[in-house]
Amino acid sequence: MPDAIQTEQIAAILTDHNGYEGPLLPILHAIQAEFGMIPEWAVPQIAQHLNIGRAEVHGVVTFYHDFRDAPTGRHVVKICRAEACKAMGGDALAATALEKLNTGWHGTTANGAVTVEPVYCLGLCSCAPAAMVDGRLIGRLDAEKLDAALAGVNT
Amino acid sequence: MKIYLPKDASARALGADAVADTIAALAPDATLTRTGTRGMTWLEPLLEIEINGVRHGFGPVEPADIADILDDPLGHAKSLGPVHDIAFFKAQTRLTFARVGVIDPTDISAYAAHGGLSGLRRALTMRDEAMINEVKESGLRGRGGAGFPTGIKWDTVRLAPADQKYIICNADEGDSGTFADRMLMEGDPFCLIEGMVIAGLAVGATRGYVYLRSEYPDAIATMTAAVIVARENGLLGDVLGSGHQFDMDIRTGAGAYVCGEETSLLNSLEGKRGVVRAKPPLPAIHGFLGKPTVVNNVISLASIPTIFANGAAAYAAQGLGRSRGTIPVQLAGNVKYGGLFEAGFGMTLGALVNDIGGGTATGRPVKAVQIGGPLGAFFAPHQFDTPFGYEEFDGAGGLIGHAGLTVFDDSADMLGMARFAMEFCAVESCGKCTPCRIGAVRGVETLDRMAAGDPAAQEVLEDLCETMRDGSLCALGGFTPYPVMSALRLFPDEFAPQKEAAE
Repeated sequence: MPDAIQTEQIAAILTDHNGYEGPLLPILHAIQAEFGMIPEWAVPQIAQHLNIGRAEVHGVVTFYHDFRDAPTGRHVVKICRAEACKAMGGDALAATALEKLNTGWHGTTANGAVTVEPVYCLGLCSCAPAAMVDGRLIGRLDAEKLDAALAGVNT
Repeated sequence: MKIYLPKDASARALGADAVADTIAALAPDATLTRTGTRGMTWLEPLLEIEINGVRHGFGPVEPADIADILDDPLGHAKSLGPVHDIAFFKAQTRLTFARVGVIDPTDISAYAAHGGLSGLRRALTMRDEAMINEVKESGLRGRGGAGFPTGIKWDTVRLAPADQKYIICNADEGDSGTFADRMLMEGDPFCLIEGMVIAGLAVGATRGYVYLRSEYPDAIATMTAAVIVARENGLLGDVLGSGHQFDMDIRTGAGAYVCGEETSLLNSLEGKRGVVRAKPPLPAIHGFLGKPTVVNNVISLASIPTIFANGAAAYAAQGLGRSRGTIPVQLAGNVKYGGLFEAGFGMTLGALVNDIGGGTATGRPVKAVQIGGPLGAFFAPHQFDTPFGYEEFDGAGGLIGHAGLTVFDDSADMLGMARFAMEFCAVESCGKCTPCRIGAVRGVETLDRMAAGDPAAQEVLEDLCETMRDGSLCALGGFTPYPVMSALRLFPDEFAPQKEAAE
């Protein structure tokens, strides 16, 4: 259950979005930026504030790939699985990454360091394959760049 | 010394920031302007130095090159000569992307100095009907893929009575192989803002939103900064002091591909699950929060300023048949000269892939080109004489979509690509209609049966694709059969039951 400070934090985020047309997604993004996830205990508070059902909030949280019900590892590696990256050998690099980290898609390494997420297009299709490590984009990904990127985060 | 270096996401992904740091250290007195990208991605990071008033290119540069380039620019091995004379660039007709790669994206005086705002100034002298006619006469059709005439959509919204109307920009560019929206928003955000303001004036809307996908953090940052600058400089608010009001905000998506479909997008923007709405009612009548709403793609809206600045006739003079104006073709995947190439409609697919794109990056033969993203058909080299146009591609069994060309060499596994199309549809389906929600899952299973050599599976797959095509509510389920069936038709051997090895 949340403590008083956490309830306050959510209340402040909700108030910040008063007057927004269609405020739920901006609210959820703000909560995830603060807490690293959408805590289940926040759902009734959001629903109450927006005067909508808890089921509706839950439905929205679970519909979108971005919203998480558990925090990520300390670092997030996103690897593009879409067509342009496949055309440049992205699948093989992704397989190597998962093997080296000994985890699967959406998984986190045993040391809690790295979460690996698939992403369907970073818009770097003319310099494929592409990945994103903690928000930093990498184009023309190859084995060497992948090794360096993973070494930098898997600690 | 004036130096220019892109800060577009593609340039940054290839090391532009480290190059910028080196320039700052080695030439602290030089003026370094970070721009958008020219769209020649194989040359990124593409450094430009102004020599005798002409911008010369150098690329692809690494930090280690900088000292030598600064020392003797024209003698350097990576010198490319004047950027405007690079063949890939020279062959283009840059109307929508005229300023991208040229100016600092959030410098509104540079924007105005390079022709920005002149379209809006002209629009402010026109009545709403005349503005709509200008768009109709330009022949502009939706660049998001559907190709619906923009002027007719605007007129529907204009004529719908309401106390509030909206301009929504669909910047949920989720299709692999496409990046034109990202490049425009990162390279010339005021162009999109100006287009939205003109749309607002034409239809009587005073509020706008850009629904921008979360996978584009650089574009979100640039657009957000540009909206603030636009407000401070009177482009938003009381538009250029005209008494007309228009303001807008940037909204971030949350990783759902289907939200690129306009009715899903509207639900998402309203804070709901991004589920497709049945049409009618059209968004033009009953859109965001139930109000009349223009939903246009980034490139459609960003083409508006040039249409108003130079006149509809100048825009319509470009193109082929009913596809008027220019189209930013994106060369992606396994292609030697990857990037963005803006030209009038009508170039053949082969000219784009082989002459402009230079064939594959690996140097192997081109096997197939997927056009228009994950829902687009594959084309094989024997179809390379197809001219780039909405009707022409439709006639050849495909669609131009958002004009992304993803090139594959002869190592591509076409059954695997067909399976991926179904898998992607299953992951991204909003779940509202059965053909898409269930069909995509069954499609993956059926393709696995084909891969295992089941001779009965092909008929099931064809039947399933027909059901998805005819029975789905939106293009996700409805168009996933395009890549699947085109792969099957073009490369039947890869789908054929395997002969028993023992015999």
